[in-house]
Amino acid sequence: MFKILKYSFFDLVRSSWSYVYFFFYLLLGTTLLFLNNDLSTAVITLMNVIIMLVPLIGTIFGVMYYYNSREFTELLLAQPVKRSSIFLGQYLGVAISLSLSLVIGLGLPFVAYGLFKSPAIWDFIMLLITGLFLTLIFSALAFNIALSNENKIKGFGFAILMWLFLAVIYDGLFLLSLVYFQEYPLDKFSLVATMFNPIDLSRILILLKLDISALLSYTGAVFKEFFGTPVGAFASLGMLVVWVILPLFRISRVVKKKDF
Amino acid sequence: MVSIKDLHKKYGHQIVLNGLDLEIKEKGIIAVLGPNGSGKTTLIKSILGMVVPEKGKIELNGKSILHKWNYRQELDYLPQIANFPGNLRVQELITMIKDLRGKIARDQQLIDFFGLHPYLDKKLNKLSGGTRQKVNLLLCFMFDSPLIILDEPTSGLDPVSLLRLRELIRTEKQRGKTILITSHIMNFVEEMADRIVFLLDGKIYFDGTVSELKTSTGQFDFEHAIAHLLSEEHV
Amino acid sequence: MKKLILFFFLFFFVSTVAAKEIIVCHECEISSIKQAVELAVSGDTIRIKKGLYKEYEIEIIGKSLTIIGEDYPVIDAEMKGTAFKIKADDFSIEGLHIKNIGTSHTSDNAAILVSRSKNFSIKNNRLSNIFFGILLERSENGIIEGNIIRSKARSQANSGNGIHVWHSKELIIEDNDVQGVRDGIYLEFANNCDIINNVCKENLRYGLHFMFSDHNRYLENLFENNGAGVAVMYSKFIEMERNLFRKNWGSASYGLLLKEINDATLKHNIFEDNTIAISADNTNRIDYLENDFISNGYAIRIRGACYKNVFRRNNFLANSFDVAYTGNINENEFSRNYWSDYTGYDLNKDGIGDVPFRPVKLFSYLVNTTPEAIILLRSMFIGLLDFSEKVSPVFTPAELVDPQPKMKKIKW
Repeated sequence: MFKILKYSFFDLVRSSWSYVYFFFYLLLGTTLLFLNNDLSTAVITLMNVIIMLVPLIGTIFGVMYYYNSREFTELLLAQPVKRSSIFLGQYLGVAISLSLSLVIGLGLPFVAYGLFKSPAIWDFIMLLITGLFLTLIFSALAFNIALSNENKIKGFGFAILMWLFLAVIYDGLFLLSLVYFQEYPLDKFSLVATMFNPIDLSRILILLKLDISALLSYTGAVFKEFFGTPVGAFASLGMLVVWVILPLFRISRVVKKKDF
Repeated sequence: MVSIKDLHKKYGHQIVLNGLDLEIKEKGIIAVLGPNGSGKTTLIKSILGMVVPEKGKIELNGKSILHKWNYRQELDYLPQIANFPGNLRVQELITMIKDLRGKIARDQQLIDFFGLHPYLDKKLNKLSGGTRQKVNLLLCFMFDSPLIILDEPTSGLDPVSLLRLRELIRTEKQRGKTILITSHIMNFVEEMADRIVFLLDGKIYFDGTVSELKTSTGQFDFEHAIAHLLSEEHV
Repeated sequence: MKKLILFFFLFFFVSTVAAKEIIVCHECEISSIKQAVELAVSGDTIRIKKGLYKEYEIEIIGKSLTIIGEDYPVIDAEMKGTAFKIKADDFSIEGLHIKNIGTSHTSDNAAILVSRSKNFSIKNNRLSNIFFGILLERSENGIIEGNIIRSKARSQANSGNGIHVWHSKELIIEDNDVQGVRDGIYLEFANNCDIINNVCKENLRYGLHFMFSDHNRYLENLFENNGAGVAVMYSKFIEMERNLFRKNWGSASYGLLLKEINDATLKHNIFEDNTIAISADNTNRIDYLENDFISNGYAIRIRGACYKNVFRRNNFLANSFDVAYTGNINENEFSRNYWSDYTGYDLNKDGIGDVPFRPVKLFSYLVNTTPEAIILLRSMFIGLLDFSEKVSPVFTPAELVDPQPKMKKIKW
């Protein structure tokens, strides 16, 4: 697996897309920090970007890489290597190269700005952690979709739909159900509903850092327990890990039975 | 060497292999032929473990290969389409495959043979189709395994390289290897193959030498003989 | 006439000579404070040396004394009652450490109780484990300065206030540090007081609490992590300047709570990380000028019956909600504030955005009706909702805009 990972990674970090992605973040971080000059608002803008764009890019990259390397995958499949190693290796290659672009692209301007001396460092680190998780999760989901769809166009379509669903539609339905059932106690429901969407989970993790004061305005005891103590952060992080593991588990299962 | 019994495979409702039996004991070149959709590629991929059959047995040197991967150490494969990670260099790709196999390889010898020296430091997406096919051939032949499977090895090669390839396949045959080939180029098959396996509707329709094929169909020309096989089926 | 002059001369001579100093220590002739107070007459100084004095109900009535503690002598009331009860003019108490004032449901036990007194000063004392700290009633013209008050209040019913002022006027409360009581500083019917540069942290209810108190000023204080920072209720003409309100967290927690307040000004205050920075209810003619609202849950929550409040040149930075608004616009006005959420442009480069800013988000209405929806804060869907509401307001008051939003943070 690590050999495959190594070469997929070499291949990807040299691809122009990685550079585009890297420079995009570099530019974003720099403009946010040096034009805005206010760290707390920069972090909020950054959060919006991370929650929206990182999943999208992870998804597109994952699907694209899978379809583009199909023939090479065949060559690899004929080598004495375990199937799951091939795909997990490729997946990790994609996920790690994307993560690197993100971390270095955003990290450089923040370090240049003097982040280490700023109290916002923890907000920033939380942003990076959730960004990393979202990259891992969405490229894994993308691999899953690509593995289940031989047709490239269909695969791309489903992947974008999945992103749209998790990024926007899910929250819309969520809000609708909250408004519709507002006579009932909903705090448990809303926490559980959050757990089923990795984008919401990451958002919560960042909110715990940025907007804790607003979250605490709600009186529900379950919320209070969740947001007011480390329980919230640990539960969210734990669920994010589950969100990484489940798609990977499915990859290794599907791959075992699949024909190429 | 390879023993296949009662192999079944379908994609959805489409039956591709329908109880195929194939025994390959001898060394030499075996050409797997058949019309499109007859199951050539599926058969090859089954041997390679890329396709998981519904039913049946595939044994290599007396051992079942289903859901195994280590046996591919003894097997070389040339995929039909040579498409490699574009941003790797030729040398890196060679190193990678050597790395995966962990086996001694005669890559230098083959680089000389195909004249790939000037391309070693080039990225793979900068290569022409023919050069890429040469790289593909090199990756396949560098390990010296007893069983070699070639899927359309002639595609995209210039005449000089084609000659080289024939030469290479012949040497491999003389070194006592079993070589499985699919090809659309009939004169290439006629010239090279010791045994023809003709697939139709997921079964072996004809199995024998070139001359046996010619006599059984009553045709003097190989291409006509093949055409005859097909027309018989249509009758 | 000569007799008269002699009389005056004698009077001064006698009174200066009579102004003696009484020293209290364990080995001294006078070893208890009570004894010293009994012996002393107006103008005397009582100097208490270092040591532990288990005394309470020390009454000073009608004597203008100067009481000075050396190296913080400890007066332990052993939870039995009030330590000092003072009804006198021109006195001062300095440098004492008073502790263990017991909780009581029947009497307001305090470390220092001052009633019907004038011209006094209470300075640099340490009060710990107390019920009430310094309790003033019907007094005027005093200075309460540099006292450190610590307690461990657990419930509102069983705790008192650090500095409690009732029916008094013209006090200066300065440089005190009050932590762990019910209200840090409490004023009821107190007028013309200055509250300057105090620290009120981790108090159960409010850092500073005004009830029915007019014409007061509080400046440069720090209110951190109290149940709520400052509550100003039923009062008029309050000046609030250069205070820092931080981390007042909780579902019913505010940086500043204004209720039934008229004619007040807020200037150069900083509100940071509060659940609700300012909650205003029934307030009229309040000027909010050049305050900073940073990373609060709600920067300003207006809850009806507020008229003619003006918000000008404030900075709203990274709050979850800038303004939550109930009721009609009522001549309340927002202008020339800086809003970090503002995304407009400034084509004529005059530093003022060309598009008005709507500080009330649709989402704040949603959260009002469905509180659980807060969990969707900053999600993309909510962003889209807020955006469409911004383009064509349906639920939020259309007139509530800042017509001249600043493009850059306001420096003051």
